[in-house]
Parts: sequence; structure tokens; C-alpha cells
Amino acid sequence: MTDQALPRPVQSGAAVPRRPRRSPWVEHSILPGFGLAMGFTLFYLGAIVILPLTALTALALRPWELGLSGVIHALTAPRVAAALKLSFGLSAVAALLNAPLGLLLAWTLSRYQFPGRRILDALVDLPFALPTAVAGIALTAIYAPNGPLGSLFARVGIKSAYSPVGIFIALVFIGLPFVVRSLQPVLQDLDREVEEAAQTLGANAVQRAVHVILPALAPSLISGVSLAFARAVGEYGSVVFIAGNLPMKTEIAPLLIVIKLEQYDYAGAAAVGLAMVAISFGALMAINTVQLLLAQRGKA
Amino acid sequence: MPVNSLRTADRETPSRLSLEISGVSKTFGRFPALKNVSLQAKDKEFLALLGPSGSGKTTLLRVLAGLEEPDSGEVRFDGEDFLSLPVRRRKVGMVFQHYALFRHMTVAQNIAFGLSVRKRTERPARSEIGDRVQTLLSLVQLEDLGKRFPSQLSGGQRQRVALARALAIEPRMLLLDEPFGALDAQVRRELRRWLREVHDRAGVTTVFVTHDQEEALDLADRVGIMRDGELKQLGTPNEVYENPADPFVYDFLGAACRMPGVVAGGRLTVADWETVAEKGAPQGPVEVYFRPDEVALAPPGGAGLAAEVKAVAARGPDVRIECLVEGQVLELEAHGPTLPAGVAPGLALRIKPLRPKIYTIA
Amino acid sequence: MTLAETRPRPGARLSLPAVMMVLASVAVMAVLVVAPLVTVFHDALSKGLGKYLDAIRGPDALAAMRLTLLVSGISVPLNAAFGVAAAWCIAKFEFRGKNLLLTLIDLPFSMSPVVSGLVWVLLFGAQGWFGTWLIDHDIKIIFATTGLVLATILVTFPFVARELIPLMQDQGADEEAAALTLGASGLTAFWKITLPNIRWALLYGVLLCNARAMGEFGAVSVVSGHIRGLTTTLPLHVEVLYNDYDFVGAFAAASLLASLGLVTLLLKTGLEWRHAGELAANRRP
Repeated sequence: MTDQALPRPVQSGAAVPRRPRRSPWVEHSILPGFGLAMGFTLFYLGAIVILPLTALTALALRPWELGLSGVIHALTAPRVAAALKLSFGLSAVAALLNAPLGLLLAWTLSRYQFPGRRILDALVDLPFALPTAVAGIALTAIYAPNGPLGSLFARVGIKSAYSPVGIFIALVFIGLPFVVRSLQPVLQDLDREVEEAAQTLGANAVQRAVHVILPALAPSLISGVSLAFARAVGEYGSVVFIAGNLPMKTEIAPLLIVIKLEQYDYAGAAAVGLAMVAISFGALMAINTVQLLLAQRGKA
Repeated sequence: MPVNSLRTADRETPSRLSLEISGVSKTFGRFPALKNVSLQAKDKEFLALLGPSGSGKTTLLRVLAGLEEPDSGEVRFDGEDFLSLPVRRRKVGMVFQHYALFRHMTVAQNIAFGLSVRKRTERPARSEIGDRVQTLLSLVQLEDLGKRFPSQLSGGQRQRVALARALAIEPRMLLLDEPFGALDAQVRRELRRWLREVHDRAGVTTVFVTHDQEEALDLADRVGIMRDGELKQLGTPNEVYENPADPFVYDFLGAACRMPGVVAGGRLTVADWETVAEKGAPQGPVEVYFRPDEVALAPPGGAGLAAEVKAVAARGPDVRIECLVEGQVLELEAHGPTLPAGVAPGLALRIKPLRPKIYTIA
Repeated sequence: MTLAETRPRPGARLSLPAVMMVLASVAVMAVLVVAPLVTVFHDALSKGLGKYLDAIRGPDALAAMRLTLLVSGISVPLNAAFGVAAAWCIAKFEFRGKNLLLTLIDLPFSMSPVVSGLVWVLLFGAQGWFGTWLIDHDIKIIFATTGLVLATILVTFPFVARELIPLMQDQGADEEAAALTLGASGLTAFWKITLPNIRWALLYGVLLCNARAMGEFGAVSVVSGHIRGLTTTLPLHVEVLYNDYDFVGAFAAASLLASLGLVTLLLKTGLEWRHAGELAANRRP
């Protein structure tokens, strides 16, 4: 443990302590194993998460790349900028579409009793359970110009696979469970009496939805959509097959990292990677803030 | 019934000291949970620690169990330095506030746990453990529930399992942390008597933490009242109830009426009522406490505090009388049959506290 | 979310809008989620069972399966051990910096899989921090099994810990304390009290961790180098075949992974039904 090196507080006064306080970092406990477990935790965390992320940051900001301005330069190169714009833009739109779809599914699953409900509920997790590469080639096969749905799209003049539309579909696919699973527990807990009270007070179905249900769902809806967005931005496997990967048109940011690595442009790859980590981390922070506000509002 | 073989011939003098706590202090962060607490308990004594939440009583219990380490002070048990013993060697039977039953074990497995984790050389044979579990199950009147899981029991049953589990290790001392706290009033009263019987049969020194003064006075041989980490008073239920050491203890042990007064020349004056001050009473301005049911009511002409009845509420044979005395509202209690006829709102009368207690103003 | 809790008020007959909602939900799920699953098996068997069996019995496919098992066989136990250790510290002790630790444990969840691979290349790749040193000592991490393991560990890092921490925080340390007062040693308390109390949540976390580890694509793709028969895990094998226009082979391998996903889903759902109370209160995806 790190605490050994820290100076012990000076003891003074009449009361003679039985034993010196062990550490200013951890409260004494009768349970054993803190040192061992914490040592392993910190070592593992350091080796698996902190060291690699430090390398990422350091490499992206390497002095001979002119530091931060080098990063900005790398990110504003037309091809990189286009990829980032595509990734973040499509992810945002896909996450937004996931909001109504997720609401529909969560509502149906938690409010109605119908045959096969449990199976449908279990299937919501399929996009988590299906390995991304599997989902990627399957979606591509479906939406390819000769695929069952791709040919339908083609008939109305929409190119689905190998275009932004295909990427969008893949991102909706992987984001859906986040929204459903965020909403479901809240819908379950939502006090029916509150709705019934609103009903007795003369509110119609639409008024109840707008004034009673949606405000209660808003925090978890935002949280679910943010999670779907964060996942979509970084998604690789299920997108890369359907995307077509044309530079400037259908090249997503994670793919660009792969391409830069293949060209041994480590700094460039690191710059894109750092930007993505920073933005995803920002999204995570935003989610936490929302949840904190939610908790505070619940207390009030 | 030989439930607890600790009760052997070598424990001849029941008045012998078993537990000695001296100068124990404990601070959590900056919060002083225990301030220089000292007390002793006699062998086989049933001691209650009474106090509001945050008074340090549970911390003291956890220090005795070894779950907390005091910053300073000493704890001896049968002359042995208790603090140098780790929890598992102290052989204290602890009953936790929320029972802390092992949820993945049956009732019988819970009770057997303390015996089955002993070193092979000290562990009783399996059949012997089984017998002990059965004996304990019948002691706590749960003979048929050995195969149940804790989640399948009621609160009162869980409480008894926790007690049986603590008794199984033949504890040198029994520690109970608000054992009835989570139960409803009816069950509490039933278990209270029964707990005292179990204690008497097992013959173990018992320390019992509660915030319920009725429970403590009813059950314990001696009661210690704690506040803000300090032991305010220690004595038999009678001693502490009759002679509370300070206004806090007076208040905590039961309903109290309070009036300002003055002591001078051996006389106590409260408003227009004058009486003999008890010996050793503080001089000068004082606070006078009396129990709302320890008063005599007299017609306006007699001695006592001049009062006007504001409201009378009968609850069965007990009557609550709200009076106005010197602009202050006092709530008195009287027993119906002894109540003078005609007490009704608007009536003027005299209130004479029978056993006023005099404290200096804090 | 647990399915066992998903019990709407019984006896409510479905109204017309409700029926429409249900039908719409089924349609969304069918088109968006179920269709890809069906496609995998359909395309895998499109040239007959014989071709399918040939595809999953080829030497490259078998090598990929072995590698996948090896990588997850190393990664999952390590992450499980980490999860138990971290949850033990966080749930049973009070110490400074706990919130920072929780945030750091969550961090890999918000990282792109590609970045989770990239960081290892930056460390151990030919031009990475330790690249020269590794070449001098003839140690291969990137484009080798070690790199695949590291990338997989990073991607699946929080899975077990996230399941255990809320549950163990909820359970507190009272039962362990009780065990100690009854004479148990700390180690006995851990084995006989703590572990049995978290067994289902641990299994649940290991299940999810394993599914992700075996199916991981982006992170391992970056560190693999796609050397057939040597550094291609099953998902990478799918990619290689797909890019070679061997669609039956690709979908056949994909069908194995999809089956893994389905089995995981089945076990997970079963756990949620039977042991809802012993899993953490709040399921998150």
C-alpha cells in the first residue's frame, strides 16, 4: 500500500493511544485483506488501464508533433475531420432515433402482458450478446443491394449498405438495448397511483404522458441515449462491414485509427484515439451529472 | 438444561467483577464517539446501555466485541486484557441489530457455524454439533425450523436464531445490539421476558444496548445511561429512575414536567409554592423536575402551584390533564379513580409535585 | 433490469392502442434485432449442411476456436479476480479516493474497442514506448497471443467488478463481522460467507465477461495482424473469410459465435429469473 510512506500524524495530549493509527488513508477495520486486495487492484488497474492511457496521451501530445497544436492539426486534416464528423453526427442521430424506439419497447414490455413478452424482453439484449463482427456481416447481408431489405430500399432509390444509411442502421442496432434497459426499471417503479391521481383530476392520456410520465422518465432517457451515443461513437465491428469505408464519405473514426496504425502513423492514430477517449469520457461525466441531479431531485 | 456449560462450580461468587472497562475513548474522524468511558459489570450480570442514537452505546458494544479498536483505554474480562485478543478469540456472543444471519445457510447451519469453524482438534464431532443445535433450537423455541433459510422466517424468529447462534459458542459474554429494534411492540414485549429467562438460564454476563428506556428498566440488573459518548449514570433501574443524575437522564427515563425555581435557606420556591428543599440541593436559581403522574391535585385554597385546567382527555382509566401554570402548559397524568371529581376545563386548582428533583440550571 | 420483476398488473385486457404498441414493438425487434440473427444461420446453411460442417472443421477454423478459448481462458479469470479484489476493497472498507477508483474502473466501458487495442500498440508496437526494447530481447506482444490477451482484458475489464460492487455494498460487512465473533478467521469468513453470498452475481459477471471476451473484434483486430492460424481469433476468422468472399465459411464461423451469444443470453436470463434477489439490485447493460 502507498500509505506506508506518508508521515504519521503527531500524537499529543494526555490520552495514550493503544496502537498508532494505521493509516490516514483507510479506516481501521477488523476485516483482513485490504492491503493485499488493494495492492492487486491498484497494480492491475495501473497496468491495464492507466499505463496504456498514459501512453496514449503522451504519444498524442509528443513534443515533436508540436503538442496540443499538433493534435489539433492532426484532427483538422480533411479526412480525419470528415471521419469524426461522420462518427459523431451519425451516432447522435442514431441515439436520438433510439429514444422513441426504446420508449416504445420499454413501455410495451413493462406495461402489457402478452404471449411471448419474456422472450421479447430477453431478445432486447441480443445486440449486446451478439459479437459485433457477427452483427456486422449479418446486417451487411440484409441491407446489401441484393439482400432482403437492401433490395427494398434500392427499389425506392435508397442505397442502404455501403452508405451512411447502413452505418446509421448498425448504430441504431447496437444502441437500442441501452435505452430500453435504462427506461425499464423507471417505468416499473413509476407509481401507477400518480397516473391514476392525474386521471381522477381530469387529465387525458396525452396530458398524463406529457405532464406525468415523461418528466419522470426524462433523466433515465437522457442517460440511456447518452450511453447509446457513447457506444455508437466507438463502435467498430458492426459498422465496418456495412460502411463501405470510402475516404471522406463512409469512413468512421475508429476505422481511421486502424488505417493510421497500418501506415505506422502512431501519433496520428493516438491523436484520433485521444480525441475519442476525451469525448466519450465527457459523455460519461455528463451521464453521471444527470444521474446526480436525478438523485438530488428525488431527495427534494 | 446444560445449554451452557460455562455455569460451573468454579464461578462461586456471583458478585465477582467480570467486565472492567476503564477510560475507553474512540474517535471516528473528528467525531468523538466515546469519551473516557469506565464501567464494571459483575459476573452473570445483565447490564443495559441506554441512550439516544449517536450516544456511543453501540460503539462501546463493538469495542467489547472487538469490532472496533478504541483509541485509548482498557478493557479487561475476568482479569484478562481483552483488547489484545482478536475478535475471534474473545468468545463473545454478539447479536447484531439486523441479526446478520448468514443468508445462504439454513437456521441449523447458522447455529452450527461457530462450532464448525473451530480447529479440528477443538471441534466437536458432527453428531455432537447436531445435538447442540437441536438443544439450542428448543431453547429458542424453533425446534421445527432448523431446515429453513433466514429469508423464510419472521423478524422475531430471526432474532431468536441470532441469539441461538451466539449462544452456541458458549460465550463468555453476551452482547446484544438493539436486539428488538426491528420488531413491533407486541413481539418486543414477549421476547423481552423470554430473553431475561434465557440469560438467567445461560448464566452469562450480558451487555444489552437499547434506546428504549422501558425495555432497559424492565430487563436489566443495572442500567448505564449514555449521551454524546459519555456514561452519564450507572445504577439499578430503581436508583436511576428515582435519582436521575442530571436533567438529561431525568428526561430520558420518562415524561418530565419542568419549572424554574429558587433554593434559599433550605426552602424551595416555585412560583407561589414553597416547600422544603431536599438535603444537598443546589442553592440559587434551579430547575425543578417532576413526573407528570407524581403530583397531588388540591382545591385552589391549598398548597401547590396555582393552575388552571385547559383540557382533559381520558384514555381508558388514564387521564391526561393539560394545565396552565405561570403561563406555561404542563401535561399531567392521573389515574381515573383517584382523580378528584369535577376536574374539567376552566377549573382552578393547585398542583403539588410529590417528589420534585432539583437541578442547577445548565 | 431483471425479468422476474417485469410483471405488469395482471388481468388487464389489452386495449386497441395496447395491441398496436405490442405489434409495433414486435415489428421493430423483428426487423432490427432478430433478422440479423436469422440471417447468420440462414446464410451459413445456404449451401447445405455438408459445406457448413466443412467450414467449421477446417484447420484455420479450429485454430481460431482454440485461440479464442485460450485468450478468454486467460482474460476472464484475471478480470474475475480483479473484480472480487476491487469489490472487496470498495464494499467492505472506507478509504480515501474511492470515487476516483470507481470512475477509473468504469473508464474502459466508455472507450472504443479500437482505442483499447491501439493503446497496446502504442506501448508494445514496433515504434511504441517499449518497442525497441522488446525487439532487442526478441519478445513479441503485438501480433501475438499476449497482445490479444491484453486487448481483451482491457475491453472486458469492468464486467465482473460492476456486478459485484453494488451487491457487496448492499450486503455490508455485518455477516463477516458475525462470523469473526463466532470464531472464524478472516479467510474462513471470506470463503464461507462472502463468496457464497456473491456466487450468482459472480457467475453472472463472468458470463457477460466471457461472452464479450470471446466475441471481441475491434480491439483484437488492432493487435492481431491477422496471421491465419496463429493470431486470428474466431471473430477475426469471420472477417478474414468474409473479406475473401467465402461467405459460407464466414457465416458458419459467425453462427458459432451467435450460438455462444444465444447460450449466454439464455443462461443470463435464467439467472435473472431464478436468482434475482442475489444479483445486484440495478441491472445495467
